[in-house]
Amino acid sequence: MARLDPKTPAGARDALRTMWTIRRFEEALEDLYSRGMLHGTNHLSIGQEAVAVGACGALEDGDLITSTHRGHGHSIAHGGDPMRMMAELLGRTDGYCRGRGGSMHIADVASGNLGANGIVAGSMTIAVGAALSMRMQGTDAVVVCFFGDGAANEGSFHEALNMAGVWDLPVLFLCENNQYGMSMAQDASTAGGSVAARGAAYGIEGVEVDGNDLDAVFTAVQAEVARIRAGGGPGLVEAITYRYRGHSKSDRNLYRTLDEIEEWRTERDPVDRFEAAAVDSGRLTVDEVDEVREEARAAIRDAVGRAVRSPEPDVSDLVDAAYAQVPEHGR
Amino acid sequence: MSAETMSCAKALNAAMRVALTSDPATFLAGEDIAVYGGAFGVTEGLLADFGAERVRDTPISEDAIVGMAVGAAITGMRPLIEMQFADFVVNAMDPLVNQAAKLHFMYGGNVTVPLVLRLPGGGGTGAAQQHSQSLEAWFAHVPGLKVVAPSTPQDAHDLLLAAVNDPDPVVFVEHKLLYREEGPVTVRAALADVDGGLPGTAVRREGADLTIVAYSLTARKAEEAAEALAEDGIDATVLDLRSLRPLDLGPVIDAVTRTGRLLVAHEAPGPVGIGAEVVAGVVGSRAFDHLLSPPVRVTGGGTPMPYAPALERANIPQVEDIVAAARRLMAEDD
Ligand SMILES: Cc1ncc(C[n+]2csc(CCOP(=O)(O)OP(=O)(O)O)c2C)c(N)n1
Ligand SMILES: [Mg+2]
Repeated sequence: MARLDPKTPAGARDALRTMWTIRRFEEALEDLYSRGMLHGTNHLSIGQEAVAVGACGALEDGDLITSTHRGHGHSIAHGGDPMRMMAELLGRTDGYCRGRGGSMHIADVASGNLGANGIVAGSMTIAVGAALSMRMQGTDAVVVCFFGDGAANEGSFHEALNMAGVWDLPVLFLCENNQYGMSMAQDASTAGGSVAARGAAYGIEGVEVDGNDLDAVFTAVQAEVARIRAGGGPGLVEAITYRYRGHSKSDRNLYRTLDEIEEWRTERDPVDRFEAAAVDSGRLTVDEVDEVREEARAAIRDAVGRAVRSPEPDVSDLVDAAYAQVPEHGR
Repeated sequence: MSAETMSCAKALNAAMRVALTSDPATFLAGEDIAVYGGAFGVTEGLLADFGAERVRDTPISEDAIVGMAVGAAITGMRPLIEMQFADFVVNAMDPLVNQAAKLHFMYGGNVTVPLVLRLPGGGGTGAAQQHSQSLEAWFAHVPGLKVVAPSTPQDAHDLLLAAVNDPDPVVFVEHKLLYREEGPVTVRAALADVDGGLPGTAVRREGADLTIVAYSLTARKAEEAAEALAEDGIDATVLDLRSLRPLDLGPVIDAVTRTGRLLVAHEAPGPVGIGAEVVAGVVGSRAFDHLLSPPVRVTGGGTPMPYAPALERANIPQVEDIVAAARRLMAEDD
């Protein structure tokens, strides 16, 4: 059974809370960054929450995900603890990677999040291996591999789809098409225009879905995951969405217009749309929507409050840390 | 032309401008270099002045970017390629190592591969493991590749022009923290103004007590360390390698022959690194008889680059690490 079925009132509530949690988490990051409390850079998924929540909601316990540089949403939607994520971003010992990895490397392998990745398309072949591993170990787990539209132009994308295709592996490649790879509009970077259509070359029937419609994402991913779990071979879903913020901290948005951003924010926001749909369909009342928003806000406030009190790692933490085992002669 | 003060980023930008203006065979390609101006702003403004045909935004396809450059280079063009971060060159190792580096030799000298590959590397930006590496030793290990690493704005400018002029593939190592460092730069009028080939080791400071050898950002740190040491009455020679392959060891051997002490510093990991090569070169030379103490290395990279600020700092050689190692070196034979 799916972890979270937004068609039910309880599932709708969970889905909305998770979307708000992602958004508040990333807004908190912006705030901390502007106050000089975060170093490095980060990639925000504000505006794309329905993809992460719809897709992860359609999974079952034991299923795995691989994520990207824009991975906060995937992590939270997969059940990640915002406190431990925030501690990671603050470089603290309670972080998922003990403060070693930061924003682009949050992973929780024990719970099936095989990790965010700083390398575009870097997780795609890893997802193939995880899917093979799940099958060789006799499980019926499915791996969902998140990747961006820009990643579809890396050789790894093609090698991953091909290998998954010839080996019939239980992996769903899930393209978050937010229309840009950094400054490159998809039509300038992607011959043929469609990522979903590329599946055909590998015997995979690509599915395109409105990535800002949580119900649609859930439905599409649930159907694909069920087909894959039943042994139907790999899948490819292309979810059309939009990133409101710059690519990362250095972005001046020279490649798109403010009008375009504004239009997506006001007309197609995934959170607004899901709230309206949930209320219209009677899954949630307006009061419940307000409650959920407050729950998410409180959860993030609490997470930040605890994360900032987490200790900073000591440099002794680096000794022998690159290896799981160091032979005596290597000390 | 008289010198003006500019950052390394601006000096590189000015060099690309000179190259694009003076040789129609040159063109730029890379991820987000045109409209965005490059992830670090190094190519800013070039699209407006030279157009999209010669300042090309590419798909996120490092293998194809470098392979494309090899193909263009062997057929009459001079591509100048930016890897957005040095780390991503890993995706382009085949065209670089198995193709670009080999073709001139493999085809009996019948072809040249005049391409330049700019690699913004190094840590200190909080970008963690996959965006902070110093990979230059890998490339210095490959016959057929040339590797240079400027540390000053003037060298950034001149070395880039020399690299464009060079008939061989040049891996151009840039440290991201150098981009904003400023210094005097004489902008060259044309590519032909730097026709002496890739320069070798530069003497940054002369002192009688020890020789500090470094390159890229660490060369700047070595100069700072030498100033601090001077206050203690320790007088250091500082050498900036600039070219890592070929390695210009003559000035290093001369300096160590005079000072008797050698310290090599770089941000890249120590094992099998440039420092090891420098030490081996010195120990195997006439300078050996003049050594007053064993050469030492100060290097980074005990682990993949950590994210947390204190850990990241500890993984990168800092000025005080060079100073401390120099003091220990001086104390050894007192
Ligand atoms: C191999 C590699 N090349 C380039 C980059 C730099 N980079 C990071 S994210 C990005 C854009 C990725 O676009 P897309 O896959 O569409 O994901 P989005 O950022 O839109 O979520 C680029 C060029 C990288 N991290 N790794
Ligand atoms: Mg994208």
